[in-house]
Amino acid sequence: MPSLGADMESGVLLEWLVHPGDRVRKGDIVAVVDTAKAAVEVECFDTGVIERLLVEPGTRVPVGTALAMIATVPDPALHQARVTGAGPAGEPAQAAGRTAVPVTSPLVRQLAAERHIDLGSVPGTGPGGRVTRADLQAAARVVPEAPPVPDGARVRASPLARRLATELGVDLGTVAGHGPGDTVDAEDVRRAAAERLDRRSTAGLPSTADRASAMRTQIASLMARSKREIPHYYLTETVDLAAAMTWLRARNRELPVPGRLVPAALLLKAAALAIRAVPDLNGFVVDGQFTRAEAVHLGVAISLRGGGLVAPAIHDADRLALTELMAKLKDLVLRTRAGRLRRAELSDPTITVSNLGEQGVESILGVIYPPQVALVGFGTVSDRPWAIDGLLGVRPLVTVSLAADHRVTDGASGARYLLAIRQLLQRPEEL
Amino acid sequence: MKPEDMDRLIRTALREVAPDADLAQLGADADLREALGLDSLDFLRVVELLSQRTGHRIDEEDYPRLATITSATTFLSDRAAVR
Repeated sequence: MPSLGADMESGVLLEWLVHPGDRVRKGDIVAVVDTAKAAVEVECFDTGVIERLLVEPGTRVPVGTALAMIATVPDPALHQARVTGAGPAGEPAQAAGRTAVPVTSPLVRQLAAERHIDLGSVPGTGPGGRVTRADLQAAARVVPEAPPVPDGARVRASPLARRLATELGVDLGTVAGHGPGDTVDAEDVRRAAAERLDRRSTAGLPSTADRASAMRTQIASLMARSKREIPHYYLTETVDLAAAMTWLRARNRELPVPGRLVPAALLLKAAALAIRAVPDLNGFVVDGQFTRAEAVHLGVAISLRGGGLVAPAIHDADRLALTELMAKLKDLVLRTRAGRLRRAELSDPTITVSNLGEQGVESILGVIYPPQVALVGFGTVSDRPWAIDGLLGVRPLVTVSLAADHRVTDGASGARYLLAIRQLLQRPEEL
Repeated sequence: MKPEDMDRLIRTALREVAPDADLAQLGADADLREALGLDSLDFLRVVELLSQRTGHRIDEEDYPRLATITSATTFLSDRAAVR
């Protein structure tokens, strides 16, 4: 069981995405683990063949527990079987008696979306009729390019139902339709998603309410640890965003809605780039020892609708173009709120940004997420009086704050960081 | 499009972006962002859905007119009339 954040002590194995005999490579997604924060896809740390799965789905185990045995000696026979693709149909239904939820794995959903395959039209051979990656590959071979042609086997569903099903991770093939002509409508999909949640909680997995309270406990313990161990210092700086907002407005005017940027994208990019001026704000303190991180993985604090907070990472944020960063941000917010994140996103931010957005207040002084050493806060952008060239004007301003770890940096280097952000935001076209 | 259809279209978009919000309780003149707790990304998705489904271009300058259900209905109906 991997640690998915400094605050995690145990996790529930939700679902295996591999079977004994499967060949896996380092980095392959092999299982889904439930934490207080979200269901997280975890990858494998070794290359080899799955010998045995040690933990049954639905079991809670402490961090560090072995989940599966992987034979690292290559077995040509197994490899052969896998490559010739005879695999899936012949795979034993080893999960008989397992009360797993027939969830389609996020990986499969993503592949299906990329290849425009309707998951409902793919016969599932996985446990509980789940559509596996192999099924999808088989389907992709049958229909290489063209969108699926409606036929008897295809599930009849409204477009809204289809979109909802993708978003909620519901396999349309498992939903009974109650619309006209037994079409699956949005209501059917919502009901299926709700029933799945019910089943989860009866299977001993956390319900939404349990999760909210578990998350509160975790936030409390992590923040208490932060305040106990990290000697915080705080700096703030007010930044004139007139140039940035004008540039943003002109740019957005040219673009259709999906291509438009929100001010947060500019702020995040500036926060990531400014790290180059003060790299000591980016990294971890472990056992009193600071290690600088090479890449900038920007944790973005995202509030959940039911209460609580998760701060998953946008990887290499300093090297992403603004449009890419915006796309990542949208995707991350959507998946965070749907409760589906990847292991690396949760466990490896190197610095965190808390952005209050439009409905917030003037400034935020954050609490650092251990073992990180800095947290950047952006208040709400608002029109306020500002002195320009000896005259008083009204400008869109944002108050940027830095909470940093005194064991690693001092006020002087922290100040250089905030000034770098200020300068970057004066030249938005270069972000 | 009739005003009640427009109203339904707007509420459907809002329900998709904020599935947990109680839209039955939402007054026609309540500030949407405030009442539903929409952040800028949520609001952008609402704009995206409305623009897609009505086929009307919605510029950033128009965002204030999408502040409430009443104002959004008027705005989108005006757009439809211009076309």
